[in-house]
Amino acid sequence: MKNQTIFSFIIALIFGLGLALSGMTNRENVIGFLDFFGNWKPALALVMGFGILAAAGFFHYSKQLMKPINGSDFPILPTKIDAKLIVGAAIFGIGWGIGGICPGPAIVLLAIAPSKIVLFIVAMAIGGLLTDFVTKLNLARAKPINALNNI
Amino acid sequence: MDSELQQALIFAAIGGVFIGAASGAFYLFQGKIAGISGILFDTATQPKTWRFAFLLGLVLAGVIFAAAFPNQIAELKISNFEILVSGLLIGVGTRLANGCTSGHGISGLARFAPRSIAAVGVFMLAAIITVFIKLHGFAA
Repeated sequence: MKNQTIFSFIIALIFGLGLALSGMTNRENVIGFLDFFGNWKPALALVMGFGILAAAGFFHYSKQLMKPINGSDFPILPTKIDAKLIVGAAIFGIGWGIGGICPGPAIVLLAIAPSKIVLFIVAMAIGGLLTDFVTKLNLARAKPINALNNI
Repeated sequence: MDSELQQALIFAAIGGVFIGAASGAFYLFQGKIAGISGILFDTATQPKTWRFAFLLGLVLAGVIFAAAFPNQIAELKISNFEILVSGLLIGVGTRLANGCTSGHGISGLARFAPRSIAAVGVFMLAAIITVFIKLHGFAA
């Protein structure tokens, strides 16, 4: 498992440098990109564009493999497009629009602007835990057949 | 095209290739999705060494970048109230949607997952509307 730890660290280092180089860690830049109907700054569109292009080859090749080159299994990822996904994405978008920082850049900025970022991460954790709590509550309350539908 | 925009475009493209290649390699070699909201949350609820290593790598990337380009680090000019509200909403939203700009926006789109295409469309639209209201109000 030691290799897995080192590999994760190197991947994150490259990922984080990419976020910083691209301008995703500069919130004014992000807000400028999201200001589509105002003084639009288009540069960040290339982050997603080139990011997807660079990643697509790896994902395509992985489809021909039974298991990851250095791991045990490929994950089974959810495929359902439901209200939870849409409402969650909308809430995430509103939060991102208010702050201009998404989770990756927040971690990259942790050592650079610790006071603000710690606040941000604590708020995120509370939001996530609260969501899990309410989701479980709803599942417990729902009739068994509904609970099955929610899985 | 002015040189400032040109430079921003070049850096955005290079940064995008870094992010995409890292995400793709993480999946191909380890079978893991480089989704930062998920990794961050799971570090708190299911701590594992590789998750800590991943977060440490991100933090170190910031330190290296700040040392290499000290004048490129903009101060976070945001109020504590705004950052709290933003963080809370992002925490709820990414937990419900199972991902953010990285997991859905890069890995999800790169593997053409319809679920991620839907998520990215919705969060981009919501973010653009939020910024519009914030900067230009309803009167604009």
